[in-house]
Amino acid sequence: MKAALIFVGLIAALAAPLAVHADTAEFNIAIRNHRFEPSEIVVPANKKVKLVIVNHDATPEEFESHDLKREKVIVGGGKANIWIGPLRPGTYTFVGEYHEETAKGRLIAK
Amino acid sequence: MLGTAVIVFREVLEAALIVAIVMGASRGVAKRGRWVGSGIALGVLGAVVVAAFAGAISDAVEGRGQEILNAAILLAAVMMLAWHNVWMSAHGREVAGEMSRLGHDVGVGTRPLSAMLVVTALAVLREGAETVLFLFGLVASGTQRAELLAGGLLGLAGGVLIGFTLYLGLLRIPLRHFFSVTGWVVLLLAAGLAANAAGYLSQAGLVPTLVPEVWNSAGILAQDSVIGQLLHILVGYNDRPSAIQLVFYVVTLAGILVLMRLFGRQDAKGARHKLPRSALAQRMSPS
Repeated sequence: MKAALIFVGLIAALAAPLAVHADTAEFNIAIRNHRFEPSEIVVPANKKVKLVIVNHDATPEEFESHDLKREKVIVGGGKANIWIGPLRPGTYTFVGEYHEETAKGRLIAK
Repeated sequence: MLGTAVIVFREVLEAALIVAIVMGASRGVAKRGRWVGSGIALGVLGAVVVAAFAGAISDAVEGRGQEILNAAILLAAVMMLAWHNVWMSAHGREVAGEMSRLGHDVGVGTRPLSAMLVVTALAVLREGAETVLFLFGLVASGTQRAELLAGGLLGLAGGVLIGFTLYLGLLRIPLRHFFSVTGWVVLLLAAGLAANAAGYLSQAGLVPTLVPEVWNSAGILAQDSVIGQLLHILVGYNDRPSAIQLVFYVVTLAGILVLMRLFGRQDAKGARHKLPRSALAQRMSPS
């Protein structure tokens, strides 16, 4: 148990001072009928940005992007904030994991 | 139905592999099945509760609740795995000795079973909550119950099968090396989970990524491929890791190793009949 406590200390010491609250640009994406609107979004490269995703469907969706290394469940009627970047210029794909056939999108950083 | 099965399989896989490692690492302990079983039951219960309050959790802490919960679950599991390994570095030798003397698995000592119960419960809780939400969504959108049940069970069976295969694979390791191998497996698992926690914290904007993409090995081994996914769960393989994830990985790995050596040595000082350092800690030391 002593070991576990020391370990908590280690992780806490590592994570605590790193909290950041910088001003980040926001980009909105809506989910309707298991599709992303817009399905293509352009964000600035080399900058931290915040995606605000509103799920207008009644069912939950999971925003998932292997390219961006992000995954987040958004309940029906719910809203999610996801911080990404700073990104290198390029195209990053994302999907709604629960409805992968229709919920597809691309994020372009430039 | 197949679509449902694939998603349920993906969610179940991580929990199944972690349970397999827990079962392997707690080899030789009487009634461990009951402990691990309780962990699974508690995890399922917790998953339903988390899924029911998913909206509220998500909105908590300025929309960062889900990431904070995920990171907290992962870090708690990391601590329990660390505790297990540190304990084993002090007592693993006796356990292995007793087992090889008797020639079979017996209940020896009081290993940190509660830690393993917590790890199991947390793993099932985290993956289970997403499965419950997914299935709930399908029910709400009018998918046939029978189809849903069939898909869900198929996915569950697939995940459990892979977990069972890993467990049987672990059991094939000769007893002599068994606890040093499972020790390393637990260590790498813990480091990988810590790196995942860092990913959630940076997704919530709570820690900077430092460098968002240190390398990109997606062309060599994509993380969403079958092998990539297995390695991701087992050793924390990441095809595009951020620097903060690497920091969490290395600090966790080094932290647990240092504690294992420290406590392994401390234990040896207290008992004259033991070797200068526990054999497990010695074998697992980085030198």
